[in-house]
Order: sequence, then C-alpha cells, then structure tokens
Amino acid sequence: MVVGMTLSTFLQQLINGLSLGSLYALIAIGYTMVYGILKLINFAHGDIFMMAAYFAYFGISVFFLPWYVTFIITILLTMLLGAGIERMAYRPLREAPKTSLLISAIGVSFLLENLATYLFSGKPQAFPEFPVMTTPIFVGGLSIQPVSIVIPIVAFFLMTVLLFIINKTKVGMAMRAVSVDYDTAKLMGIKIDNVISSTFAIGSGLAAVGALLWCMKYPSVLPLMGVVPGLKCFIAAVIGGIGNVKGAVLGGLILGFSEVLMVAFFPSLTGYRDAVAFIILIIILLFLPNGILGKKQVEKV
Amino acid sequence: MKKSLSLLLCLALVATMTAGCSGSSTSSDNSDVIKVGVFEPLTGANASGGELELEGVQLANQLHPEVLGKKVELVVADNKSDKAEATTAAARLIEKDKVSAILGSWGSSLSMAAGDIVKSNKIPAIALSATNPQVTLGNDYYFRVCFLDPFQGTVMANYAYKTLGAKKVAIVQEVSNDYSVGLAKFFTDSFTKLSGDASAIVSTGNYNTGDQDFNGILTNIKATNPDVIFAPGNYTESALLIKQARALGITCPIIGGDTWETNEFITVGGADVEGAVMSTFFDDTNPPTEAGKTFVAEYKKLYPDRQNIPAVTALGYDGYMMLMDAIQRAGSADPQAIRDALATTTNFEGATGVITINANGDAEKNSAIVKVVKDGKFTYLDTVTITQ
Repeated sequence: MVVGMTLSTFLQQLINGLSLGSLYALIAIGYTMVYGILKLINFAHGDIFMMAAYFAYFGISVFFLPWYVTFIITILLTMLLGAGIERMAYRPLREAPKTSLLISAIGVSFLLENLATYLFSGKPQAFPEFPVMTTPIFVGGLSIQPVSIVIPIVAFFLMTVLLFIINKTKVGMAMRAVSVDYDTAKLMGIKIDNVISSTFAIGSGLAAVGALLWCMKYPSVLPLMGVVPGLKCFIAAVIGGIGNVKGAVLGGLILGFSEVLMVAFFPSLTGYRDAVAFIILIIILLFLPNGILGKKQVEKV
Repeated sequence: MKKSLSLLLCLALVATMTAGCSGSSTSSDNSDVIKVGVFEPLTGANASGGELELEGVQLANQLHPEVLGKKVELVVADNKSDKAEATTAAARLIEKDKVSAILGSWGSSLSMAAGDIVKSNKIPAIALSATNPQVTLGNDYYFRVCFLDPFQGTVMANYAYKTLGAKKVAIVQEVSNDYSVGLAKFFTDSFTKLSGDASAIVSTGNYNTGDQDFNGILTNIKATNPDVIFAPGNYTESALLIKQARALGITCPIIGGDTWETNEFITVGGADVEGAVMSTFFDDTNPPTEAGKTFVAEYKKLYPDRQNIPAVTALGYDGYMMLMDAIQRAGSADPQAIRDALATTTNFEGATGVITINANGDAEKNSAIVKVVKDGKFTYLDTVTITQ
C-alpha cells in the first residue's frame, strides 16, 4: 500500500534518512579504516561504540562533568580502549592466520557485551538530554532537530579530516604503506606497532563521536546497543567498498536512505526494515563484489 | 613470563569450571528444600520488567519462606530477553536444578517459548504478567495470575473511544513481539466494533525489538493525522518512539499497555512521556484486598525510598503466594500434585484481586487499572470493569 504522499511528508522522510544515514556513515568509517589497513574486520567495533556511550553517560549523569569535558574524555578513553584491545587481543596474533584474528575480534565483542552487562546491569540507562540539539525547529510542516543537521556535518567533516590524515600526513603515509605491503613496510623502517595502534585509536575515536551523536538522537544506553548498529555499519562499509573511507560514507547514506524510504513508500513492510540492509548488501555484492568504490583485489601468485 | 601467565589463566579457567559444577551438584536430592524456579529476563531489552517481577517474588519469599515445614528456595534463571535463551533457561531449571514449579516470565513471547518444555516435563508454571492468550492455551501446565489481552485491548479501545472521543487511530506494534501484535489486534477488533467504522485504524506501523529509529513510521502516521496512537510494546522502544513522535510535532495522545509501567519508561522518555496512558494490573494507592494492603505495607518497609509500586511486582507476589497455597493444599512438592492443586484454585485472595483459575488455567479477572504519567510518576486515572 502506498500512501498518497504530500511533499512535506516526503521531505521529512528525506531528513530522517539523511540523519540516520550519516550516523551509519560515521560508524562505518571506523570499520572501514581498520579493514583498509589491517584487512581485519573488527567485529568489536559496535561494542566499542557501546562502551563510548557508557563513558559519556557516566561522565554526565554520574560524575556530573560538563558536557564538553565529558565528550573529550569519552573520545580519549574510547581511543585508549581501541588501542588497548589491539594490544591485548590482536597484536599477539599478528603472525597468525586472518581467521584467528577474526575469531579473536568476535571474542572481544562478546567480552565487551558481557562485561558491560555485568558492570552496568542489563537495564537501559537514560542518556542525558541536550535540548539545544533535540528541540525541533518547525519549518512549514517540517520538523527538524538541530542534531539531524549536525550529524551529517560532523560526518563529512571527519571524513575530510581522515582523508587528510591518510593522504597528507606522515602517519597516513605509513598507514598506506602498511596496507599495501606489511612486510616491506617493516623493512623500510616503519614502526608497524605504532601505526596499527594509531589506526585503532582513530577508528575507535570515530566510533566515540558516532556514539555521542547517536545517543543525542536516541537517548538510551544499553549493553547490547552496539550490536545492530555494528552490523548495519559493517554492511554499509561493505556496500561502499570496504577499506575505502569515501565508500563507507556513501554506503552509510545509501543504507540510511533506503531504510527510511522503504518505510515511507511501503508502510506495510516496515517490519522487514532490517532485512532491507541485507538485501541491498546481497544485490550490490552480486554485481560489484568489491563494493561501489572498492578496488579490485588482485590475487598475487 | 608469558608461559606462566597462560598457565595461570588455564588454571583459573579450570578452577571456575569445577567450581561451577560442584555448586550445582551439592543441593539436589535435599528433601528439606522445595525449589521454585524464577524464570525472568534479567538482562537485555526486558531486564527492567523481569527485575520488578523478581522483586515481588522475593518479597513474598521473605515473608513466607516455608511451606509444609520445608524451606522454599528460589532458583533464578535469566532468559536474557531472548526467545531462544528462554527455552534453554527453562530446560536448565527443570533438568539441572530440578525445580518443582516455575514462576514467570515477564513478556508473553518469553513465556510461550518455555511452554512446550514445561508441558513435556510436566512441571507447573505460573505466568505473572504475560497477557497473551497463547501462553496458557492448550497447555495444562501453564497458569497465570493476570488478565488477558482480549480484555486489555477492550479496556484501551474503550478508553480511546469513550474517554478520548477518538475516531481515527494509528497503531504502532513491535512486530517481533507476540504480546504487542496480539494486543494491537484485540484493540483493533474492539475499536472497530465500538466505532462501527471498519476503517477507523488509519495507519499501522511495525518495528522490531531493539529498534531505535522510528522517524520513518512516525512521519507516515503524522500524515494520516490520527486522534490517538496505540503503541503497545517494550518500554525502552516505546519511550524512544514517543520522544520521536513529539519531536516530529505529533501532539495527539499516545496510549499503550501494561509493559510501559517501568521506571525506565519515564527516565528514558523524560518530559515527552508526560500524559502517556496505559492499562495495568494494580494500583498501590487503593489495593483491592487485604492481601494487597499487606503487600503494599511490606513493600514500603523494604523499599522506603520508592515512590510507587509497579503492578508487575504485585503480580510476582501473587504468583508466589498462589503457588504456596497450591503446595499447601496438595500436601506435597510433587509437580503433578501442585499442578492439580493450582488448577482448582478458587477465590484465592491475591494482592491484585481475588483469583479463580478457569479451565484454560487463566485467572478470571474483569477489571483493569488505567494509569497516566503525571509529573514523572505513574498516577491512577481510572478503574475499568468489563463484564463479558
């Protein structure tokens, strides 16, 4: 059933799609970055996102820190957590087959989920409200929360910063070298461990920013809150071409828009919204196995 | 150094595993103890509901720790708000812990997931606040102490039609949750009958458990301009849904069912859930029975800081007390004897009202409490009695 849609309803849905898609994009960038450099799908990414939400919740609601202090602490703590996870769970497996790393990542994901359940209880906590960001502005029948505009701006800003880091800085050059050829990079005197740690720190920092914006828009914090966004953003990263930062943003936006527009045009199918993500994934992989912006993989013999 | 560390870790692992085993094997075959399983979601999306029911069971257990001269031991199993886990948790209670009866679970879907297991193992179970008819239907071993969704749907349809004067209703349901889908359907049936208008439901939106973004559904609903939105579902999702509805400029009343009455509904929803109306089982300011007054007094003694008593806690209390009554009458802790005694429960005075178990294993209840969120508290609005 297609509802005879007015222009304002359609525009409203586009705004909904833009803010949801940009959130996906933000988290997908972190996913794709770690993959691009290490060829590792960091399944714990969604749970790092969840931990960031708890850091922010504790900062504001329990320790009563001002929001800007909390945000900085949250991002720093999450970066530390990401680098720490790499140090404990991935570095010892550096020489092991990629499958071991992948399984280690799944293990870290379960560990974080259960740790959070144990430490913070399984009950949802209310994330503090940011009226400046959430009080809607009404423009001719449209309702726009400032946060819905801030999210895409932040996402594009961080994408630009990240591209700058990767393409223009020394660390970025080292990252690219590691991603092209790990062993040669090592021979060239690149400090592999530092490069990989900073990759994880940056990726986790992006997850933290994503978590902060996510919680402003959807203000509840739960130990399992990272599972679905983690999965969706992984899909977004794959759609865009995993390993490619611009691809992750594109994938996130495609996913966000298609979810919302499916709800808009086929209201009776809204329960299958999560399935849409997977259907899009399958279709795109059938025609573009490397994703939309992904590079062709050349197997070296 | 590295080797000794890994050795240490291995040792710790073995130690915890054996500790786990020894803990479980000691207390079986102890005839001085009657084991009662409490089967609740204590983690995951429904954790708050499970905890509230558990508190009621534990309060009753503290007040009445013995039956037939034996100590009653509560064995708590977490079903993790997950249907697959629920089956495992129920099986573990029966096979490993050898419980005589089971109380729970919060959430019809979770209770239904355990239905086949209690039935095939012939262990009686009492659902506390699971309102979907399917929980007890065709299952001689599942009983319940609360009212059912056909009744609850009628109560809310009456409220929407008569009190709010609504003509057009939008429905949002949690499509992966049997409780929500069932209640939405009973509401729809009842409302279309009351209004005589087959197209009174102008829009239906579906979402999945755990969803956080409802803007798409709500934008569709806003376009149909309903007089009221009926949105039965889990408390966290519902609170986020109401927040997003208000942010989109939807101003009509939003009403729901018994699952909303948890503290988290208000903490997550904040000012936006003010005015949300729901049907529930119990009003602590006006307990219907003497047992209810005792329950309220004891609850306030135990938790002096709490502002109001959630209805599901009272049902947890009732479930335990009704089970004790059945064990007393059965004169034994044999599961089959307890089942038979439960099936013949008549005029048992519970905190939430007088309970008589009918042929389906359901409590025959014909009145519900309607509450509204006012100044951040669940406040009594009305008592609705419907004679069928």
